Amino acid sequence: MFKHRFASPQLGFWTVTSVVMIAVLGAVAFLRFTKGLGAVTNLSDTFPWGLWIGFDVLCGVGLAAGGFAVTATVHILHLKEFKPILRPTVLTAFLGYILVVCGLVFDLGKPWNIWHPIIMWNPHSVMFEVGWCVMLYTSVLSLEFAPVVLERFKLDWLLRLLKPITPVLVILGVILSTLHQSSLGSLFLILPEKVHPLWYTPVLPVLFFVSALAAGIGMTVVESWFSRRAFGKPIETHLLSRLSRVSVVVLAIYFALRMRDLIARHALATLFPLNSVSAMFLAEIALGVVVPMVLLAIPRFRESPKRLAVAQGMVVLGFIFHRLNISVTAVEAATGRTYLPSVMEFLVSAGLVAVGIWIFLLACRYLPIFPEGAMAEEEQRVGQHAGAAEVKAVSPLPGAVTAFDHT
Amino acid sequence: MAHRGILVDVTKCIGCGSCVEACQKSNQQPAHDAKGFDQQTYTFLMDRGSDTYVRRLCMHCENPSCASVCPVGALRKTAEGPVTYDPDKCMGCRYCMMACPFGVPTYEWYSAAPRVRKCQMCAHRGAAGPACAEACPTGATITGDREELLAEARRRVASDPKTYFQRVYGVTEAGGTDVLYIGPRESKALGLPRVETSGPLPDLTWNALKHIPDVVLFGGVFLGGLFWLTKRKEDVARAEHAEKGEHHV
Ligand code: SF4
Ligand code: SF4
Ligand code: SF4
Repeated sequence: MFKHRFASPQLGFWTVTSVVMIAVLGAVAFLRFTKGLGAVTNLSDTFPWGLWIGFDVLCGVGLAAGGFAVTATVHILHLKEFKPILRPTVLTAFLGYILVVCGLVFDLGKPWNIWHPIIMWNPHSVMFEVGWCVMLYTSVLSLEFAPVVLERFKLDWLLRLLKPITPVLVILGVILSTLHQSSLGSLFLILPEKVHPLWYTPVLPVLFFVSALAAGIGMTVVESWFSRRAFGKPIETHLLSRLSRVSVVVLAIYFALRMRDLIARHALATLFPLNSVSAMFLAEIALGVVVPMVLLAIPRFRESPKRLAVAQGMVVLGFIFHRLNISVTAVEAATGRTYLPSVMEFLVSAGLVAVGIWIFLLACRYLPIFPEGAMAEEEQRVGQHAGAAEVKAVSPLPGAVTAFDHT
Repeated sequence: MAHRGILVDVTKCIGCGSCVEACQKSNQQPAHDAKGFDQQTYTFLMDRGSDTYVRRLCMHCENPSCASVCPVGALRKTAEGPVTYDPDKCMGCRYCMMACPFGVPTYEWYSAAPRVRKCQMCAHRGAAGPACAEACPTGATITGDREELLAEARRRVASDPKTYFQRVYGVTEAGGTDVLYIGPRESKALGLPRVETSGPLPDLTWNALKHIPDVVLFGGVFLGGLFWLTKRKEDVARAEHAEKGEHHV
């Protein structure tokens, strides 16, 4: 399937573009590490954080949130019917974190000191917490993803070693993610006068956590749909539809939290007079939260995987919008400073995403990421009229067993 | 605890630039025009019209945001007063630059091994203290024990209400600073940054960070509990299923 697609013009175009993007990434990297950040970015003393923090770091971590949500669903809530999407989601989370680490290597002035927080402690710093979360959760994610690789190379004894610690890993992963997602919001708490009141709030950590959850689920649906198209992998619509119902609830919680907070702080008044800042806020809330929430709540709308993917794509974009708004728009609005990322900053972010997509494609090609045909059919048959217990009862088929299986 | 501070009395400043010159020399920077904070400039003079000159430098906050946010403790509030910087620890996240409410720290943007740059109250001169205060010919910049300087500032302001605007800048700003200003007009007219938060800014972060142990503890118990509960349900269901199966056989 993949090979066939590989030869098709569509994928040929992607191959050429992505290879060019990655080459450009290398060239910019060379400039960046020899001539300094100033040579490639529009960052300045008055605007020290830009696109790489706003997109690569804040969004990379957020888009990985599907990882802990789905692992928790499968392994803590024991809703085994979600198993088919487990591996692609964990893979995405892993790639999200790789994006973050690569983004940091570009963005940190002295990336070779990135390990310093291990021995130089400052527990009062949110960045210190963020650093530890990145390190620990990347390790947890690699252990969660390891079974896929081990299975591929038939290292059964290692698999057996990992199996009993899986629940512990999953619980650790959920806690670390919760801390990490929220701490990215806490980063901005110390800037009460540098972030516009439409975005600055003491509940930022909570907002960051909830919105990351929405984005994580959204990402899972979008990428399931994408893999289905790219590889013809059968992922059942009913699973995506159920996930999307969860999205509706998460988005509703987010919307309620956000509105309650804005009203309590009397911040809604700052929407007026209407200007580009209020437009950014309204676009973020309307297109990224309200519209997809309403659409996904309609049962008929959820019947088509394509429409699901579109609505969830809006959730993901709305999430990216929020992170960029808080790190750029809100800071610009409150300080009167301006910043527009340079072309090279964009090229780096785009190049890193291209690398991520390549790893995803290659992993799907060479590793047992998706349930194989037989398994999927089985799941489909069972999924239509059965609950969790019966799915468990279906004998695991060779090549499709996940190492997380507790049976 | 007694620690060092700096008092800038704007009414005494004649705009000679001796402090700027002394600062550049003391920090081994080539002599240059100082127009604003940059990687070579820790202090500069602003001409605010009608013979008013206001110098800027790091405020050496009592509870510095920059030091509080630094993940590796490269920036540090020393017991003697100065907020100092250790480039060997720094990893270049630039959170300090984001966090400083006075817009002080700058960065070596065009270096392959960049450092954060800011006034360190001449900590390298030890007991000799700030070079700028030593160089000032009129006593517009003086240094000494912070509390004594504050008392002196209050005394001057109170004793001459015609000359002084009735406020000491640096008492409430961001919870208090070790660099204090008094002058003929209010701080905004003098071109000093307006900082409305009157408590220590790091507290805002700590309010969130202090919950971490609880999140770990209760999160762990809660998730572990969920795991156990749903697993039991599943075990029971499976047992029943197996039983039924046997009956059929
Ligand atoms: S003024 Fe800024 S750089 Fe100076 S101590 Fe305060 S927070 Fe740090
Ligand atoms: S840039 Fe350096 S000094 Fe500033 S917060 Fe980051 S590690 Fe600390
Ligand atoms: S204390 Fe030292 S470094 Fe700071 S402004 Fe004065 S001379 Fe410059």
